[in-house]
Amino acid sequence: MPAFGTTGGRPIYGRGPSPGLRFTVYGLLSLLLMYLDQRAGWSERLRYGLQGAAYPVQVAVNSPAAAWHWLTGSLATRTSLQAQNLQLHTQVQSLQLELLRQHALEQENAQLRELHATLPPLVKKWLVAEVIGVESGTLRQRLIINKGLRDGVHVNQPVVDGAGVLGQVAHVGPWSSEVILITDPEHALPVQITRTGLRTIAVGSGNADELLLTYLAANSDVKSGDVLVSSGLGGVFPAGYPVGHITGVRREANQLLAQVRAAPQAGIDRAREVMLIEFNPANPAAPAPAAASAPGEP
Amino acid sequence: MSSRENLLVILFTSFVALVLNILPLPAWLSAIRPAFLVLAVLYWSTMAPFVAGMALGFLGGLALDVFQGSLLGEHALVLSFLTYLALRLNLLMRAKPIFEQSLYVLVALLAYESLLWVIDGWTGRSLSSPLRWIHVFTGALIWPLVVGVLGRFHSTR
Repeated sequence: MPAFGTTGGRPIYGRGPSPGLRFTVYGLLSLLLMYLDQRAGWSERLRYGLQGAAYPVQVAVNSPAAAWHWLTGSLATRTSLQAQNLQLHTQVQSLQLELLRQHALEQENAQLRELHATLPPLVKKWLVAEVIGVESGTLRQRLIINKGLRDGVHVNQPVVDGAGVLGQVAHVGPWSSEVILITDPEHALPVQITRTGLRTIAVGSGNADELLLTYLAANSDVKSGDVLVSSGLGGVFPAGYPVGHITGVRREANQLLAQVRAAPQAGIDRAREVMLIEFNPANPAAPAPAAASAPGEP
Repeated sequence: MSSRENLLVILFTSFVALVLNILPLPAWLSAIRPAFLVLAVLYWSTMAPFVAGMALGFLGGLALDVFQGSLLGEHALVLSFLTYLALRLNLLMRAKPIFEQSLYVLVALLAYESLLWVIDGWTGRSLSSPLRWIHVFTGALIWPLVVGVLGRFHSTR
């Protein structure tokens, strides 16, 4: 059968089926995958498996950065550790002071709502995860974190850092998950301006330090420096978490909408550790579970 | 060199290219980063078309889909198309001087990014920035380097 290259000599043109046929097969396979990923939820299981397979590579790729972090951490001098310790100590004290006040406020709030028992805490469970990868792509703003289904992470779980809202979980793998950041253009976050109570949507710009408020009318009361918090609508984030502050408002006479930009509060491109939060549905500030669809997710 | 050794070399270099592709870098460096895996797949499918076939393109594209979180099958389709072209036109391309090869690579990368752009548009991910086209040019620019580095791995040209 000379056509199949069994003569020992070098075949003149390839082995096996022709390139055209092979391309047809691979092309159809890719199209099938794309269809399943776009239309049917079925491919979530396939992605789950692939994400599990990708985990060792992601850890390996991140290992130089992690090793550097570990090295600088373990070679820190005594004086710098002492200084850091002192700083953390004062930080804890000031946080404790704020917490004391907060307990009193929560009780007062419960009384005002005429509930006789104090409310259950808003945060039911939280989990610290380490960032092991950043997805590259010109506009993509995603993180890979080292916690997955095995640790109880679920899709649409809110992700925050110490300063504010970071994003939400988009895909879950067995040991890792993908977080879509609030600055990703595919993400939209319902927010509220604290000064006026105005509610709107903050869309990601693809830039790690910018959010766009694209749906504000030109005559709306908004100015530079206004603080944005999550509005609690949309069913993913609870109300009142810090999101960012307005950095620029531009109004043009021939435009119906104002061009409003905001800077996120959270360290979008600096975070090494993030917190995954699970909320207590009994608390009125928790997002309503009925509308638990991802805002902005296709 | 036997084709089995060749296959190991191809898989190893493609894996290294994949790692270079997904290595976290500062934003400006990430914007001009060439698509290393695409260049490696192009190189192997033109220089060793009997060993690195369309399977390499398909699997490499699938890996890109998984690591970049794009629509599953998107890069796989486009990269298998590129390998198809490379398998068809490899004799034409191999005979050319290296700077003319760079032009072919420029066209190939342009086709690659345009197809991705079209698929992104069809599937409702049409938000894109002009930055996505930069790697087409940086990729064509470093093609002589790719040939220089990968050329060391195989003796039979």
